[in-house]
Amino acid sequence: METISQIPLEYYLALSAIIFSIGVIGVLTRRNAIIIFMCIELMLNAVNLTLVGFSTFLGDTSGQIFVFFVMAVAAAEAAVGLAIVLALFRNNKTIYVDEINLLKW
Amino acid sequence: MELSSFLFYLLGALAIASAASTVMSRNPVASAMSLVLHFFMLAGVYLTLQAQFIAVLQVLVYAGAIMVLIIFVIMLLNLGDEEKLREKSSLRRSVGTGLGIALLTQLGLALLASNTDLTMLTAKSVEVGMVNAIGMDLFTNYLFAFEAITLLLLVAVMGALILARRPNSNEKIGSEA
Repeated sequence: METISQIPLEYYLALSAIIFSIGVIGVLTRRNAIIIFMCIELMLNAVNLTLVGFSTFLGDTSGQIFVFFVMAVAAAEAAVGLAIVLALFRNNKTIYVDEINLLKW
Repeated sequence: MELSSFLFYLLGALAIASAASTVMSRNPVASAMSLVLHFFMLAGVYLTLQAQFIAVLQVLVYAGAIMVLIIFVIMLLNLGDEEKLREKSSLRRSVGTGLGIALLTQLGLALLASNTDLTMLTAKSVEVGMVNAIGMDLFTNYLFAFEAITLLLLVAVMGALILARRPNSNEKIGSEA
């Protein structure tokens, strides 16, 4: 069978792992809620890359359809999450997560 | 070096660099712009995987819709740089970075231990990335999930409207005051 690319799947998985870890570091270290939000998008994208990689190498569409659904859920999450950030800012005048301690005992 | 490998390394390096810049830059707008660049680079990586439909969706949905929403909120809140506020705890920063690096090590070890044996793209791989194949599968096997996602988006839009609504003078949403 005709072959096209010489990049093995592991390289894509490694790229995805690096991007995911960068996203995790961002969520754990940043204080700005919007930047934490963007880091969550980074992690979602890293997982998408893994799914697309496996989908392509296995020749199965299911992975890419899953990515389609992940994107739709991410869009919904962005709408609701940013609305929550807006409501939070309106009430507390801050979006730094360490200053929001309503549920902290 | 073959062009596709070169493109993968270039796009991958730029994707990692822009992701790091997203996490590290002080200004939220600069952060968001780095994220836009990251999404474009990732769309390029999808193209090296022959996933054309997903690459287009990546640019349209992520770099287009979601990032416009995020930048809109940043502008609306009119946030200043984070650098004016002194970083309160370097402890949290170092612990967070340490945990992230631990996770990366673990993922790397898992990757080294596995052998997927998948090194070649076949003619099937190209076919799979086309709108044709994805559409056929989406509207037959995954039709229920597709319809369910429309409902999810509707609920999300309504939820966003209710959450972001300006509260009445005698009522405050999300606070006990």
